[in-house]
Amino acid sequence: MGIQTPNGFNLDNSGKRVVVDPVTRIEGHLRVEVNVDSNNVIRNAVSTGTMWRGIEVILRGRDPRDAWAFTERICGVCTGTHALTSVRAVENALDIKIPENANSIRNIMQLCLQVHDHLVHFYHLHALDWVDVVSALSADPKATSALAQSISNWPLSSPGYFKDLQTRLKKFVESGQLGPFKNGYWGHPAYKLPPEANLMAVAHYLEALDFQKEIVKVHTIYGGKNPHPNWLVGGVPCAINVDGVGAVGAINMERLNLVSSIIDRCIEFTEQVYIPDLMAIGSFYKDWLYGGGLSSKSVMSYGDIPEHANDYSPASLKLPHGVILNGNLNEVMPVDLKDPDQIQEFVTHSWYEYPDETKGLHPWDGVTVPHYELGPKAKGTKTNIEALDEEAKYSWIKSPRWKGNAVEVGPLARYIIGYAQKKPEFKDPVDKLLKDLGVPVSALFSTLGRTAARALECQWAAHQMRYFQDKLMAAIKAGDSSTANTDKWKPESWPKEVKGVGFTEAPRGALGHWVKIKDGKIDNYQAVVPTTWNGSPRDPKGNIGAFEASLMDTPMADPEQPLEIIRTLHSFDPCLACSTHVMSPDGQEMSKVTVR
Amino acid sequence: MGALDRHRERRQGDLPRVLVLGIGNILWADEGFGVRAVEEFHRRYRVPDHVTVLDGGTQGLYLVNFLQEHDRLLVFDAIDYGLEPGTMKIVRDDEVPKFTGAKKMSLHQTGFQEVLSAADLLAAYPETLALIGCQPLDLEDWGGPLTEPVRATLDRALDAALAILAEWGITVEPRVGEIEADDRLLANDIDFAAYERRIEA
Repeated sequence: MGIQTPNGFNLDNSGKRVVVDPVTRIEGHLRVEVNVDSNNVIRNAVSTGTMWRGIEVILRGRDPRDAWAFTERICGVCTGTHALTSVRAVENALDIKIPENANSIRNIMQLCLQVHDHLVHFYHLHALDWVDVVSALSADPKATSALAQSISNWPLSSPGYFKDLQTRLKKFVESGQLGPFKNGYWGHPAYKLPPEANLMAVAHYLEALDFQKEIVKVHTIYGGKNPHPNWLVGGVPCAINVDGVGAVGAINMERLNLVSSIIDRCIEFTEQVYIPDLMAIGSFYKDWLYGGGLSSKSVMSYGDIPEHANDYSPASLKLPHGVILNGNLNEVMPVDLKDPDQIQEFVTHSWYEYPDETKGLHPWDGVTVPHYELGPKAKGTKTNIEALDEEAKYSWIKSPRWKGNAVEVGPLARYIIGYAQKKPEFKDPVDKLLKDLGVPVSALFSTLGRTAARALECQWAAHQMRYFQDKLMAAIKAGDSSTANTDKWKPESWPKEVKGVGFTEAPRGALGHWVKIKDGKIDNYQAVVPTTWNGSPRDPKGNIGAFEASLMDTPMADPEQPLEIIRTLHSFDPCLACSTHVMSPDGQEMSKVTVR
Repeated sequence: MGALDRHRERRQGDLPRVLVLGIGNILWADEGFGVRAVEEFHRRYRVPDHVTVLDGGTQGLYLVNFLQEHDRLLVFDAIDYGLEPGTMKIVRDDEVPKFTGAKKMSLHQTGFQEVLSAADLLAAYPETLALIGCQPLDLEDWGGPLTEPVRATLDRALDAALAILAEWGITVEPRVGEIEADDRLLANDIDFAAYERRIEA
């Protein structure tokens, strides 16, 4: 039976149900169920996930100056982004101003995380949705070299290099274990690259794996250590002493120069490897323009990377800020994170309960009371679900909405907003990319568009690191070595009861933390993370979220091998519960597909 | 292979570099075993210069560079071997599973097996490897402490670590008095004592 959603999708769940359930080690997973029609085209999509929720359980009663350290532990990849969002929320609540240098260093840290996350996501997670590793074994190294040299000046491109690499890969495969490449849908008809492009991409997979460790050294320098760099309410915890020598303590000239050289290498790798690879891969997939979902309709970005310390107004933010609704690129509306009527979370289809579930709650008033029950049409049991009932509660993710609207967040949302605002730093690279691939602007609203926006943003972020590093150096040379403001460090100087909000643009989208502080301690703390926006279930009005929307109308070659679904979901760089990596003796099946 | 082969170069006579690593998520009860074990190890002992003690958290793939920079690896982690909760199990070298998958939904599901595989691909697989594992009781208690059986395993886990390090020719030195606040592996209220303090409150 067909249902028309208010946000413009026709859902039909009468066809065959396909369940993709990537079981993680023990905790937390994203599960997707779709219905396909007789031509194996997706006509209904249901996304459900466990998600860390209820950070307030842990933070209530804690010192707000330490909240960042807890939020940094929520997950293994967004560590710094959560920490930054947290210190901003506390500073906002207590009206603490940070020095310019602290703003520059924080921006460098955040941009560094952006570059690192985008690069690792593309090569080590997402590329395998486009690149057939096994096919690389049959590539001609000479032709691979010719291909590589035709698209980039990157020096590692000789026939001998690719031949050695192919030999290494062969040995790896023949040893009986594919390592990171195990469990792929190798040979799937949705893979379109010739063997040579596959081999080149595998080479860059390895080079990126080796290079990524250089990028995080920036966090080691400015954050004192890595993993888990240090943050500070009121600024940054590193002191600057350009005349200092040796390994202990302050940031000296030697360390500043090291950061500078890493930034140069980030720019070089992005421009000579990442972007050319994206273009080469994209050229073989430009007919596969599925997966756009909400992106052509409604997108949101809080904005980030303030030019000026303590100025979080749209004019100061270098990443675009605003909301586009219903595909109207002529109007970008501002977001007010403090307005109780703008951002609200609904639980009509989530396993939580509110006193009145027709209404949403602003995060400052957010509550998290679990209520796990399956709908009457669900199949299976609570511990072994065969099929969900999407008309009832069906996910551990809440449904955040902006003025009642489902929106997509992330790099593509940011680029669409920047494009709509005609900001040349976002519009020009998009236009060039579209022209080089020979596709219309509408191609941007797709899985490929999402993947492309991430690559462009990586390049943008690498150059912005350079900008803020230069700004920091200039300030230091002018005699400003201030990095922290401790005027309001002592809780005795705080009001009895205050609240604040902090936001960032995490690699995967808009991130907000809302904090209430009472008598010097945290009274309530809520985080609304990007994957909550993108992965949300339906809301009371029946609007579907970005994941579900993105899967609609995608044809599948073989529902038993749901590569198309995985590819589109990966393009969001989803971040679910990340707690578990408990080892089991024979490893664990990562993904189980059931067709009913 | 150029850039890819810049792995460990050990000159003759150099001592093998050893990484003592704890992994897990401290916010999920017994999932924090590995981190708490390495934190406690660091609190009690000083190690020689060629030994690194690291709280790896849930960093997954990002830990591969630490494997590249060390020759031997001792890792504390929660393991699911279907044993009685709190049972300690030591796994050595080839027994440590290397399973990993390509169909992940998120980078965060990167397990340590993945890191080992990645190290292997980069020709940086540890020359010797020991896992000190503990069977968890509860991984679902968000914000909860280590459970009693797992906490009770910490002493034995540290003893096992000392024995393995001794086998590798490494002697650690017990610290005299309490560790300096700035030297702690975890701070800002997430250190073991402070983190669990509220549970009693």
